[in-house]
Amino acid sequence: MSTSSGINADLGLKLKRFVTPDHPEVNYAQAEKGIKAWLTTVDHKKIGLMYLGAIAFFFFIGGLLALLLRAELWTPAKTFLDADAYNQVFTLHGAIMIFLVLVPSVPAALGNFFLPIMVGAKDVAFPRLNLLSFYIYLAGATFSLYSIVTGAVDTGWTFYTPYSATTGTSVVSMTLGVFILGFSSILTGLNFIVTLHKLRVPGLTWGKLPLFCWSLYATSVIQILATPVLAITLMLLVMERTLKIGIFDPALGGDPVLYQHFFWFYSHPAVYIMILPGFGIISEIIAIFSKRRIFGYWFIALSSMAIALIGFLVWGHHMFVSGQSTLSSIVFSLITFFVGIPTGIKIFNWVATMYKGSISMRTPMWYAMIFLFLFTIGGFTGVTLGTLSVDVHLHDTYYVVAHFHYVMMGGMLIAFLGGLHLWWPKMTGRMYNERWANIAAFLIFTGFNMTFFTQFILGAKGMPRRYYNYIDQFQSLHQFSTVGTWVLALGFTIILIYLLQSLGKKGVIASKNPWNGRSLEWLTTTPPVLENFTYTPVVIHGPYDFHKPIAEFEYGIESHGHGHHDASVHHSNEESVNA
Amino acid sequence: MDKLGSLFLPPAKSTNAADVDALFGFISITSVIIFVGILIATIAFIIIYKRKSDNDVTSLNDHNTTLEIVWSIIPVFLIVYVFYWGFTDYLKLNIPPANAYEVQVIGQKWNWAFKYNNGYTSPNELHVPKGRPVKLVMQSRDVLHSFYIPDFRIKHDVIPNRYTTVWFEAIESGESVIFCTEYCGTSHSDMLAKVIVHEEEDFQKWLKESGGRPADMPLADYGKMLYTKSGCQTCHSTDGSKLVGPSYKGLFGSKKTFTDGSSLVADETYIKSSILNPSEHVVAGFAPVMPTYQGILSNDDIDAIIEFIKEQK
Ligand code: HEC
Ligand code: HEM
Ligand SMILES: [Cu+2]
Ligand SMILES: [Cu+2]
Repeated sequence: MSTSSGINADLGLKLKRFVTPDHPEVNYAQAEKGIKAWLTTVDHKKIGLMYLGAIAFFFFIGGLLALLLRAELWTPAKTFLDADAYNQVFTLHGAIMIFLVLVPSVPAALGNFFLPIMVGAKDVAFPRLNLLSFYIYLAGATFSLYSIVTGAVDTGWTFYTPYSATTGTSVVSMTLGVFILGFSSILTGLNFIVTLHKLRVPGLTWGKLPLFCWSLYATSVIQILATPVLAITLMLLVMERTLKIGIFDPALGGDPVLYQHFFWFYSHPAVYIMILPGFGIISEIIAIFSKRRIFGYWFIALSSMAIALIGFLVWGHHMFVSGQSTLSSIVFSLITFFVGIPTGIKIFNWVATMYKGSISMRTPMWYAMIFLFLFTIGGFTGVTLGTLSVDVHLHDTYYVVAHFHYVMMGGMLIAFLGGLHLWWPKMTGRMYNERWANIAAFLIFTGFNMTFFTQFILGAKGMPRRYYNYIDQFQSLHQFSTVGTWVLALGFTIILIYLLQSLGKKGVIASKNPWNGRSLEWLTTTPPVLENFTYTPVVIHGPYDFHKPIAEFEYGIESHGHGHHDASVHHSNEESVNA
Repeated sequence: MDKLGSLFLPPAKSTNAADVDALFGFISITSVIIFVGILIATIAFIIIYKRKSDNDVTSLNDHNTTLEIVWSIIPVFLIVYVFYWGFTDYLKLNIPPANAYEVQVIGQKWNWAFKYNNGYTSPNELHVPKGRPVKLVMQSRDVLHSFYIPDFRIKHDVIPNRYTTVWFEAIESGESVIFCTEYCGTSHSDMLAKVIVHEEEDFQKWLKESGGRPADMPLADYGKMLYTKSGCQTCHSTDGSKLVGPSYKGLFGSKKTFTDGSSLVADETYIKSSILNPSEHVVAGFAPVMPTYQGILSNDDIDAIIEFIKEQK
């Protein structure tokens, strides 16, 4: 990372300083008006916001289902749902939260909005493809919801065979829904990779790329490599159900354990799709709010890339008691551990970044701290589960349920909330009420631990997962966990209220750089203009060089582009190069 | 340590349980120590390096080779140690001693059956001797199930068309619960059974007397016992309410209509064939989900159940 090169960099460009005002005359939302303009827009920011709306909606549905599940578990046997309804509700909850919320959450909403701005581009590389992937997402979601209406699926989000091949419920439409969603995921990944390679502004070398962009790069690689495997698996499942070709169903001569190999070959890498973007956000937040260069930039950037590849070799840790060979289990356990270590080291890196920093505990930073707390617990319990003999006892109990909620909700979802609070002023031009934001964060932290820490104890004591009924000795722990969900729900409701309120007439107007950030998104107006910048920024310093005056970040060259999405402009430096 | 363990873990009632618990304890305690370390450092930094003004000057240092090597090497050592420990215990859990006493296990929606070498099949109750290794050879008749005894720290999936095994050696007599831990549909959470550990001589006695009705027990009462023990009650009520299957109330002698439109009067033959070959006649209004009890209930058992059903008027 160059730190001391002069203003004229070594780029051979004639640089000019562009001081952008806080607020533009016409921002991206005002530039194209009306509902039709939104629905047909190819602007990555609007597409990002539409994703945000859809994801928030599905999170709301998934959350309601979770409240139902926990309420039903207030007593053993029937509280108010019957067994089949309960089984359908947990399947829908899991499938919605994973496929409709977590997988797209950070990349499709925040990534879409910010990745192009952070590399100084006017849009993603293929704006139309981006809009298409949003509609594919909606189509997939509709298909999945359609299956709710028509008889509901009760297989769990894992769709294990032969059960899923034999139940009389609409597994086919649900799996087709997930299959379609996969394409949306692949297209977004493709778009990001090309954008990162081709549309970075001059001076933005890989070493100056914000870590959020690196994390999306790693995520995109997994999306492109892993999602097709899921698609193939689901297709095979559909073929088995409709054409009676025996693949996984022993009744037709298939092998049910084969399905599990296929499924986890996708779904383990998918857990990295569901966490790496979160790591990216946490790196941004901790750097900004500690006003400090990230400790071990290259380690964080490259270990994510390494995990994206090596993460493909550990799927068998979900199958230690499934009947796979003992030797495979041993090898998978060993690799699992070694993939876990770099993740642990990242936690040390983040804490070390705070050392000798200038720490400001604003809302996003609170979320980053909550993330560190919860994700660390999730990681340690992952090590417990990766240990062969211990996993025999804990597999398919509430311990696993607690583990993946600590990493997915305590990790990714908390990071998402952190990112939302970090970038809300930039996206909307408004600042939320920080007092309420901190209260909500506190409630979510408390409610989360009440709900899920309890489940570690339940699981260790032997309470199996996906149980509608349970033996009496578990009741008090179940009830405590259920009360936790009410605290969580209160926290989320408060967030919804103050965010909406900030958009209203009384909302506080935000400045263009409320947190004193250094990456490109903080240098454009708030909210940004349609094509993000009125000039082509040139990057001289690293994204975490807080010791350099902000003025040195404001250099660029005239932008000659006309018309939206004339992507080539960013690249045609030829005109501006000083011979 | 034992006290602490009992807060989080079920009682340890097999020879392997103590090893698993020790490793669980080691990982958990090491994790807590490191976690608390991280927490203290974070809180300390938040307090010590609290922002004083927007112009605060911060350190530019962004690596420290010694520190990075130390915090990479220590986890590697810990991890290798934990892996190795888990690996050796896992081998123990997976290799049954050669002299193990063998019991066949059949899992099906939604009950377990245990078959002994004397030909007796015990539904939903696994009887084993204390202090002798027991090996279970398991198979499923329908979908995946998983056989789990928390007190023994053992678990293994039960798969159609394939045999899988687990083994354990119980160290105290008494009862423990058996769960199904692979989701298998509606009554997955009711697919419970019991393991009953006897002293060796009691076990031999049980084995000898098993398979029949105690001499002083009326046939219908024995039928009732089988009705509860074999899991019929998860699907059939005796009070007229409709569960997964039809109620036994008023069943005997009534006229039944089937999904194919045919009909029959429910007599002994019909009931027997319903138990052994349930898909032959599927009662109208119900799904064909009743499992067969072929090879699980003997002819005598079925006679007793028929007597019991006759009494449900
Ligand atoms: C998984 C649920 C389930 C279990 C367990 C089960 N049954 Fe059934 N049984 C059904 C269903 C559903 C039907 C109706 C469909 C059919 O006829 O196959 C039925 C039908 C019957 C019938 C015919 C009833 C009638 O009204 O015509 C008899 C007799 C019967 N079962 C006996 C038993 C016995 C004895 C057991 C225990 C040893 C048992 N069932 C266990 C689900 C079950
Ligand atoms: C330190 C890193 C981690 C390790 C060592 C680890 C290990 C494991 C292991 C061994 C299991 C299987 C447990 C079982 O089924 O018995 C598991 C389950 C799971 N993990 Fe992790 N994990 C880690 C991080 C994560 C992350 C980051 C995520 C997602 C963001 C995640 C999501 C899940 C999920 C969803 C399951 C359960 C899947 C299911 O059965 O439904 N894990 N983990
Ligand atoms: Cu995994
Ligand atoms: Cu089950």
